[in-house]
Amino acid sequence: MKSNDWAIEVIGLKKSYKNVEVLRGVNFTVQKGSTFALLGSNGAGKTTMIKILATLLQPDSGSAKINGDDVTKQPEHIRKEISLTGQSVTADYILTGRENLRMMAKLRHLPDPDKQAEELLRRFDLLDAADRRISTYSGGMCRRLDLAMSLLGNPSVIFLDEPTTGLDPQARIAMWDMIKDLARSGVTVFLTTQYLEEADHLADQIAILHEGHIVATGSPAELKNRLPRGHIELRFDNESTLNQARELFKEFNATADSNNLTLSVITDGSTRQMLRLLTKAAEADIEIAEFAQKLPTLEDVFLAIVTSKKEGSK
Amino acid sequence: MKLIHFLGDTAVMSGRVIRHSTRSIDTIITVIAMPIMVMLLFVYIFGGAMNTGDVSYINYILPGILLFCIASGVAYSSLRINNDLTKGVFERFHSMPIAKASILGGHVVASLVFNVVSLLAIFLVAFGMGFRPQADVLGWVLAIVILLLSILAFTWIAVTFGLLAKSYEGAGVFSYILLLLLFVSSAFAPTDSMPAVIRVFAEYQPMTPLIESIRSLLLGGSADKTTLAAVLWCLAILGIFCASAMRVYKRRMK
Ligand SMILES: Nc1ncnc2c1ncn2[C@@H]1O[C@H](COP(=O)(O)OP(=O)(O)OP(=O)(O)O)[C@@H](O)[C@H]1O
Ligand SMILES: [Mg+2]
Repeated sequence: MKSNDWAIEVIGLKKSYKNVEVLRGVNFTVQKGSTFALLGSNGAGKTTMIKILATLLQPDSGSAKINGDDVTKQPEHIRKEISLTGQSVTADYILTGRENLRMMAKLRHLPDPDKQAEELLRRFDLLDAADRRISTYSGGMCRRLDLAMSLLGNPSVIFLDEPTTGLDPQARIAMWDMIKDLARSGVTVFLTTQYLEEADHLADQIAILHEGHIVATGSPAELKNRLPRGHIELRFDNESTLNQARELFKEFNATADSNNLTLSVITDGSTRQMLRLLTKAAEADIEIAEFAQKLPTLEDVFLAIVTSKKEGSK
Repeated sequence: MKLIHFLGDTAVMSGRVIRHSTRSIDTIITVIAMPIMVMLLFVYIFGGAMNTGDVSYINYILPGILLFCIASGVAYSSLRINNDLTKGVFERFHSMPIAKASILGGHVVASLVFNVVSLLAIFLVAFGMGFRPQADVLGWVLAIVILLLSILAFTWIAVTFGLLAKSYEGAGVFSYILLLLLFVSSAFAPTDSMPAVIRVFAEYQPMTPLIESIRSLLLGGSADKTTLAAVLWCLAILGIFCASAMRVYKRRMK
């Protein structure tokens, strides 16, 4: 693929603050029109990455390009192409939703700010609250307005830093729908998240940022396939059977959940191993109330990668 | 084209900040109502006991009240700038194709506009209370210039502290120092009644020339050494705090 087919191209990017090395050589590319999720736990450097891409922060070394323009060489040009919705809501709480949108439209020098505001209010289901101050909005409404504000001027690359952190499940799903709509409209969406479920749900490509490096990339399906083994969930009728089973399946890395009376057992997914497991239970006269095979989740992928890195470094 | 963008962006930015002031009862009470209350209090309650020679007490005290209003007004700039900085509002603006200078510029213009309106309100009440200036046109122009320069100088102090402060609560503290300086000056009583040490301090700190030049100009005096001192003080403060605000801004936006 030619380099200008990438919406975002990051090569060997490094960034440290005083004595913390946050990014230690990050590489990834984002295809135009796709949705890309940068996954990482607290303090992994997601915001730092987004700030560099949004031209707010200078990298120490390496390069980052947006639509072929270098973030350090053509920041002015890039700012016309992108929009940033930060981790905290930056909509002005003293102003109404409509005023916030109008202000952003004016700052982007767009014609007819009133019409632009009206359209976005409708699209983001905020017309009823349009003339109320943001301070009266719920968390989900604030986030939606923040997102609406970043769409003014039709940016081609949209950065969303943890767009659903702090939202209740219902508001989160509403936000997901908005983001999916956006992705369908052809823009490139770059989002960060701590939730694997969110990345799985929204992204075409995922990159996992851990200790300054991208430790895994791929589509959600590819990442799941990297773990051939799945786990099996066994449910029991009472706690004593659960404890018995836990002892028995020690070698399978069993973890018990005494609230639900379930035991989670990691296998390589082969029928042979499963058969061995069941035979073992039968021989020990352990009654299994329920048996379910769970496909690996992104959570498993993440944990597996992170723990294998840790073990490797020890 | 660049200039037009800068002016347009600054207008939008300052419009935003002015709304913050006009929609906040708190700001209006502190910046406009408080100085008026202080003026009423001083004139009608302590006024009789003050010896200001042949100048009526309202004529004497008005410049001090005007500066009191500015000193408390700029504290709000500081709070709002700190809030914009810590909440990521400046960052969002920086990621947009707008004239950079309009970001702080908007706060400064808003401060100027809001303070001018507040000062007009105080002037009006003062007229009602018997304030009678004797200045000619030149005197008025010079007094207004000194007032505008004071607003700008104090605003840039506010910008610097707003950018420096680690917390919202800390951002407005500097204005207490300005108010303290005001009380230890000839704003409310002539300095000759003060203890010697304080009197010397009062005579050499910037508030005194500001107040005395405005007072003298409004009461019909002509421009003199004090007028020059007032202007120079303002320019010096403006220069120092403009430069330091820019440096702090660059550092904090990294
Ligand atoms: N201005 C700064 N000065 C010093 N250290 C910083 C600065 N900004 C961030 N850091 C540190 O850099 C690391 C990465 O921070 P960053 O905000 O990029 O993480 P994040 O992945 O966005 O975390 P979160 O999920 O909490 O938002 C953290 O350890 C943080 O403490
Ligand atoms: Mg972050």
